[in-house]
Amino acid sequence: MQERPRLINLENVSKEYDGVRVLSDINLYIRKNEFVTLLGPSGCGKTTTLRIIGGFERATTGRVLFDGEDITDLPPYKRKVNTVFQKYALFPHLNVFENIAFGLKVARRPKEEIRQKVEKMLALVNLRGYGKRSVDSLSGGQQQRIAIARALINEPEVLLLDEPLGALDLKLRQEMQLELKRMQQMLGITFIFVTHDQEEALTMSDIIVVMKDGYIQQIGSPKAVYDEPRSAFVANFIGQSNIIRGVMVHDELVHFCGADFPCVDKGFGSNAPVDVLIRPEDLQLVPEGEGRLTGVVRSVLFKGVHYEMIIDAGEMRFKAHSTQMQPEGAKVGLDVIPFNIHIMQPMPVQEALLEEEST
Amino acid sequence: MSSFSFPPWAVWLMALGLLAFVGLVAYSVRRNRGIKRTLFSFPYGLWIVVFTIVPLLLIGYYAFTDRSGAFTLDNFKTFWDSNFEMQKQLTQLGFDPVEMGVARGHVNVDTLVYSLWMAFLCTLICLGLGYPAALFMADRDFRLGPTLVILFIIPMWMNFLLRTIAWMSLLEDNGLINTLLSALGLPRMQLMYNSRAVLLGMVYNYLPFMVFPIYNALNKQEYRLSEAAMDLGANPRTTFLKVTLPLSLPGVVSGITMVFMPSVTTFFIPRVLGGGNTEMFGDLIERTFLMADNWNVGSALSLIMMVLIIMSLTLLRKVDPEGEGGSTI
Repeated sequence: MQERPRLINLENVSKEYDGVRVLSDINLYIRKNEFVTLLGPSGCGKTTTLRIIGGFERATTGRVLFDGEDITDLPPYKRKVNTVFQKYALFPHLNVFENIAFGLKVARRPKEEIRQKVEKMLALVNLRGYGKRSVDSLSGGQQQRIAIARALINEPEVLLLDEPLGALDLKLRQEMQLELKRMQQMLGITFIFVTHDQEEALTMSDIIVVMKDGYIQQIGSPKAVYDEPRSAFVANFIGQSNIIRGVMVHDELVHFCGADFPCVDKGFGSNAPVDVLIRPEDLQLVPEGEGRLTGVVRSVLFKGVHYEMIIDAGEMRFKAHSTQMQPEGAKVGLDVIPFNIHIMQPMPVQEALLEEEST
Repeated sequence: MSSFSFPPWAVWLMALGLLAFVGLVAYSVRRNRGIKRTLFSFPYGLWIVVFTIVPLLLIGYYAFTDRSGAFTLDNFKTFWDSNFEMQKQLTQLGFDPVEMGVARGHVNVDTLVYSLWMAFLCTLICLGLGYPAALFMADRDFRLGPTLVILFIIPMWMNFLLRTIAWMSLLEDNGLINTLLSALGLPRMQLMYNSRAVLLGMVYNYLPFMVFPIYNALNKQEYRLSEAAMDLGANPRTTFLKVTLPLSLPGVVSGITMVFMPSVTTFFIPRVLGGGNTEMFGDLIERTFLMADNWNVGSALSLIMMVLIIMSLTLLRKVDPEGEGGSTI
């Protein structure tokens, strides 16, 4: 991917409400035409970050740059940014046409131009002929499309989307995911998307920004964030995972659950405590005695594509995904190929405890 | 004591209503084989019949009859010409009322026009004061909003008469304001016994009825709507004019109704603060019933008032067809 120019830059942005810190020292840049997702559990500060970019909240400290220009104090109506709000926020006293036309009417564009552009937008969101309808008569999915059309008609350089798919059912949500992606590529607009749904983030984004408690945990492509999570939190939040406390014997050799495993990571030092991440689908089930570990199957769940098995090996409880079912109580061997072992800096003990309490 | 008595049919009507009520209860119990929930609405139904429908019929009856109970339109003529009765008597005695110098009396019509004008002014002032107040109270960023709401409610806990009389002690010649003025070496002012004092009393008493419907309409408005308008390029003024204001109109309509209706029929306030110089229609009706002891003319005046109110409500209903702001009253 070639380096695109940076469009939005957040520099040391912090936000406090009544002395409570909700954003701490956010540094983030967003390039032109990128699909960036802010991902995290509720209360992590992702929506606040979006609202600071939209101009609805003022950063307590730090700066927001847009195309190199400081827009920290610019009110929302002067920003080249438009928003799709969480519950759409369509104007109930206006019909579909008037809702979409709102931005152009405020800008006092000629009537004919407004009509043409609104028709174009209605076509873009597959709602041709709905102009005269009242917004209350539309389904959730249709209202969603109107909200997108209303935001896009101003031809913003950046579209902010605040959990726009949260209120839709699964099937509709998946359809809209593809459609949003299609629109973003077709129109060449930067999308900043807020969600707590990791699958949504993985499907749609060019870049995922994982947040927690007002801090950015990791920034990277979906693949990087999934394969190389920087902390146990990221690993747990994005996909399912087995996280085991281990010791890095030396580069490319790690010790956990009483066995040595070759791996591909280095640079953690010798005899250093680490967190080891193994994704459930990377855990190989082999006949008893053939793997480095031996375990007993505690439970089996059929998940459609695969079986999910809980396997106890020594003191550790593993989650494994496999298309081959092992019956409950069966003794199995467990192994992992070096490439699928991912070593992370250990989480501080206190934080790890908190993590467990909250789950 | 009143020389008026209820016409016998009114008593019969009430008895009939009571009988019908008992019959309806019995029928309902039998048909539903027991007590159904609808049964609980019957006491209120009885209340409506006895204390609303029958009295309304009585007002209509008195308005169109004379003291002997015969049909007449004289009561409405008296509204138009307050000297009508006197003229009639003079004519009966063989005099020419015009020659006697008894011309048309304008008092009743003038009082009605004055009342409508005062109510209009009161509504206008309440709207002008109330809308900004409601806007502040509903503002999410204005921390004193909830306190302001309480401050507006507290005076309403006090009795209406007491509140009005309290104004007297402020405005009197030897009242608080004039005492203060003379203490400062300023000339005393005539604050009471004029239309302004009456208007002040009315605005003071009816302002909350304007503020709260508007406040409710603004408060339940999704704040994201104004954010969405700003997001689409509308500055705060345009946002207010295109989103906040139109969405609060049901509250405004409701507020206008709640203030205008009691304003037109105001009584007591003009008597206390206006000192008899500023009689309003409500006082006129009261005086006609209780002092002049003329239920026929009083009923006719009430009927005229009622028709006017129904007309203005119908007009308002056109602005707010769904009655969203609670203007269904």
